[in-house]
Amino acid sequence: MMQIEYFAPGDLGEALDILSRGGVRPVAGGTDFYPSLPGGGPRDSLLDLTRIEGLRGIARQGGGWRIGAATRWSDVVRADLPPAFDGLKAAAREVGSVQIQNAGTVAGNLVNASPAADGVPPLLTLDAEVEIASVAGRRVVPLERFITGVRQVDLAPGEMVVALYLPDLPEVARGAFSKLGSRAYLVISIVMVAVVIGRDGAGLIDHARVAVGACSPVARRLPALEAALLGTRGDVAVTPAHLEPLSPIDDVRGSGAYRLEAVGALIGRTVREAMDG
Amino acid sequence: MDKRVDAETMFRLNGREVRVAPRVGERLSEVLRERLGARDVKVGCNAGDCGACTVLIDGAPVCACLMPAQQAAGAKVETVAGLVADEPLAADLARRFEWQGAAQCGICTPGMMVSAVALLRDVPAPSEGQVMDALAGVLCRCTGYRKIIDAVMGRAPGAVADADGHMGAAIERLDGRVKVTGAERFGDDVATGDALVIKVIRSPHPHARFSFGDLDGFAAREGVEAVLTAGDVPGVNLFGVIPGFVDQPVFAEGVARFRGEAVAAVVGAAEVMAGFDPARFPVEWEVLADVQGVAAAMSEDAPQLHGGRAGNVMCSGFVAHGDVEAALGRAEVVAEGVFETGFVEHAYIEPEAGFAEVVDGRIEVHACTQAPVMDLDTLEQVLGMERARIRVVPTATGGGFGSKLDVSVQPYLALAALKTGRPVRITYERTESMQSTTKRHPSRMTVRIGADAEGRISGLRFDGLFNTGAYSSWGPTVANRVPVHASGPYAVGDYRAEATGIHTHCPPSGAFRGFGVPQAAVAQESLFDDLAHRLGIDRLEFRMRNALTNGVPTVCGQVFVQGVGIRACLEALRPAWESERAEAARLNADGGVVRRGVGVAAGWYGCGNTSLPNPSTIKAGVRADGRIVLHQGAADIGQGSNTVIAQIFATALGVPVSRLDLVGGDTDVTPDAGKTSASRQTFVSGNAARLAGAALRAQILQRVNAGEEAVIVPGEEGFEVREGARVHRLDLTALEPDAEGYVMRVAESYDPPTRPLDANGQGHPYAQFGYAAHLCVLEVDMRLGTVKPVRFVAAHDVGHAVNPLLIEGQVEGGIAQGLGMALMEEYLPGRTENLHDYLIPTIGDMPPVETLIIEEPDAHGPYGAKGLGEHVLIPTAPAILNAIRDATGVQMRRLPVTPARLKAAIGEAGHV
Repeated sequence: MMQIEYFAPGDLGEALDILSRGGVRPVAGGTDFYPSLPGGGPRDSLLDLTRIEGLRGIARQGGGWRIGAATRWSDVVRADLPPAFDGLKAAAREVGSVQIQNAGTVAGNLVNASPAADGVPPLLTLDAEVEIASVAGRRVVPLERFITGVRQVDLAPGEMVVALYLPDLPEVARGAFSKLGSRAYLVISIVMVAVVIGRDGAGLIDHARVAVGACSPVARRLPALEAALLGTRGDVAVTPAHLEPLSPIDDVRGSGAYRLEAVGALIGRTVREAMDG
Repeated sequence: MDKRVDAETMFRLNGREVRVAPRVGERLSEVLRERLGARDVKVGCNAGDCGACTVLIDGAPVCACLMPAQQAAGAKVETVAGLVADEPLAADLARRFEWQGAAQCGICTPGMMVSAVALLRDVPAPSEGQVMDALAGVLCRCTGYRKIIDAVMGRAPGAVADADGHMGAAIERLDGRVKVTGAERFGDDVATGDALVIKVIRSPHPHARFSFGDLDGFAAREGVEAVLTAGDVPGVNLFGVIPGFVDQPVFAEGVARFRGEAVAAVVGAAEVMAGFDPARFPVEWEVLADVQGVAAAMSEDAPQLHGGRAGNVMCSGFVAHGDVEAALGRAEVVAEGVFETGFVEHAYIEPEAGFAEVVDGRIEVHACTQAPVMDLDTLEQVLGMERARIRVVPTATGGGFGSKLDVSVQPYLALAALKTGRPVRITYERTESMQSTTKRHPSRMTVRIGADAEGRISGLRFDGLFNTGAYSSWGPTVANRVPVHASGPYAVGDYRAEATGIHTHCPPSGAFRGFGVPQAAVAQESLFDDLAHRLGIDRLEFRMRNALTNGVPTVCGQVFVQGVGIRACLEALRPAWESERAEAARLNADGGVVRRGVGVAAGWYGCGNTSLPNPSTIKAGVRADGRIVLHQGAADIGQGSNTVIAQIFATALGVPVSRLDLVGGDTDVTPDAGKTSASRQTFVSGNAARLAGAALRAQILQRVNAGEEAVIVPGEEGFEVREGARVHRLDLTALEPDAEGYVMRVAESYDPPTRPLDANGQGHPYAQFGYAAHLCVLEVDMRLGTVKPVRFVAAHDVGHAVNPLLIEGQVEGGIAQGLGMALMEEYLPGRTENLHDYLIPTIGDMPPVETLIIEEPDAHGPYGAKGLGEHVLIPTAPAILNAIRDATGVQMRRLPVTPARLKAAIGEAGHV
């Protein structure tokens, strides 16, 4: 039987080198890794990302913010960030439980690519870009193009996510996030809505981002609704046309039809929450 | 150069430097438990869903089951045992958990405690919301969470300091200390380090023919010690619990009848089994047509599960009284409906687990269980072995709720230990536990109830089909219990009820807190609200008018001349009923999206077996050193029998409960106290304890020739017996100890007086019923269909409260399960086989509960006490449904009422 190993490099170069040789599985918080572990344990060597210097933390970079790939969700909760991140922070508090937030990483939530990933809608509303590295170099992909389907992401062999990059938004922009589930905590969403809303001096919306999770294979922004919100005070009736990007399925958590109804209700509430602060 | 972590990982565990060499992929929880002996870290799901394994890593709570052990290198790791021993804050919290009764079975307690310590270090006086946020990652199935919140917030203690701890004293549970320190030893905590590990091979299909490949070659390739199949069962390859319905194979033979059914088991050294992938097991499957629901199973061309059970009918239960059709015909109004409920999973946080070894030619099986002697009965049959050569030692049981009445791991443990001659262990994975153990029966109930113009019931007809799964388990009990109970605790003169168990290719449905009665109550109590509405009678008043009273026959024609407490329960709800409905009307006046509703429902439950003997025996002995040893064989699965039985015994003997030493249900030393089931332990074993205490008291008094009023004062080396100014001394050291070291001993039995039911179900099924009524206040978001319970008021007639603190714990925990059944829980084979797809209530889902203890003494109960465990969740779900209807105008007839289902029903009704 092939011997597998546990690698825990301290710098990114070494990690990428190990990754480039194949046969390794990256692991960070373990919150998705262990529940999907096959019988008999891992087949591949493990590459522990949690000791790589500079991979964890939130900092200013250029005209925006950089969130390191191994940043824990509880780091996001505690970080001092502008109000546009309020939706992301609210989502961070909904990622599983405190235990999961203390272990699970922001990049892990993305590469796991669950349609119900709590982090994705708010990151979409923050225009997040994903920084990817390999021994061959680095590239940056908008989050909307990074997750390509259910459990599918734009990562070639030897590549890993190293950070998210979030450009500055208008200073007055404020985020909000709503999650609907069948119980109070520790619940896979039936529907999620994230928004970022900015307003001009007259109180009219001049920046709008709305993203919906768990209603399509990959969380989607709603550009038509965002456009309709501009110039208003947020009192826009959500129409089927606004929800056109969504394709909710029937599953144990709820029917597709219910999801669409609930999204309509939640969008209004979440926009209002962002407006009211 | 590769940066491999050294083969050794070092970290600080509870202040001590430790060094281990984990496998690649080994979980921190495994390292802590198996390599470092920290078995205070409990494992419930291995998926981060239950939080039982929570430890602190550099002060932050994480699930140890999700952390690669190597990641702990250099970290400070703290577990509950270390925290309670070393940190005053944690030691205080542990005491508060004991005072509040915040630990019942204790399996989640380490996770709760550790999470709470992290919170309290940051926030010494947290709000309720902060407690919920901090503890939400830990699931509890016993307590209903409210007492945990009280403990963390440091609210006034629930327990009293009482020197005697006799009947009525709200003392702390006697076995609470080990639960709050993590020292309690559950099924997975007792194995020796050298034990081989058993892995059961299960069918991935609901119905399939199968054949094995080369098992010897497989065993050699894998390096395992043994492979077990049906051919390795020396006795009868069947188990079950009801005579005539023992039909479930230990290992399926040729055909598997449900997804998750055992077909073989592999036994190997722990390090070998850690790398074993069941997908490599050589078995070929031929998938066969299956039936999942009762309608499909009853269709003409349905595959038949068992020979001799035509139409897949397992059996039926039947009760008839008066002339139901005539009564319905003359009724002023008739309400009718079809109600459906789904599979409900017990979801105890402790998966089935155990350990076995051969000792001096005897097999000893240690496992979590609700029924050690029934386990012994099964092993005797399966092993084909002399009973005297089998010993069953129950471990602590981390929740049972009915499912641990059946054997699960026990036959595999015994067979593997006997075949290999080595100590063996097994722990079910969460998914395996959910797939293979029993469930609450899904039901389809067609019910018609009539009432006259004054609101008196005029005829009740109940026809229920219950999906009993692939094997019988306790299905016959459900079929028999439901018709006896489907009237609810009401005077129904004209009645006909039939319940039929139907086999399907689903996991066996068995015992689950209430044995089908909670399902029946959903239908009956919902239709009572229909009748009240249509007659314009207040819903509580409607129930009062029909409530059973002393001297009025039940639907079985049984007349209780005393002890019928349902009216008192309903009456106790009246103040809250008035104030809560007024408050709801006030809140709803503005016509907002959120609407408040108030519901009420009642229930009853017969304690003990239905018209069958179910004796309990309690034994006690006195040692020469003056210690009184109580052989307490009534399995304590968290509900508190260790404490309750001891309190009753101490009351009868007349000594403080603190003078007792408890010995558990080890079948070598403790007589059969029956199964922990049917809410019978307080009643039946309690009576045996009362008789045993009284008998021992008589012996002591007789030895010193003292009168009945004398006071026994146990001391070192002897007892003093005080009679007014006279003091007799009984020198125990002068007495000859028997083989067990007892200088005095007693063993007393009690069997409740019942009479068989005739062909129409007429007779005396139970010697005693307990009664309950719940009031639920909730809010419905009319646009989302979400339901938020706000408050429960629960009135329970317990006859005579043995321990009010434990009663509150039973009530709160039962309500949490009823809430889950009503709003979120549905087990779907193949789809919700884990604790993130199958949802049970979290700490944030449980509102405050006010428990009103009603004491209508029962002539048969010990000091008047009645059973309680199952009564609790019977009224909960219908009270919720009736409150939803009050809020929305919509009557939901299918459980669970998920947001999607409620929203759809609200939409159909045209309300929004």
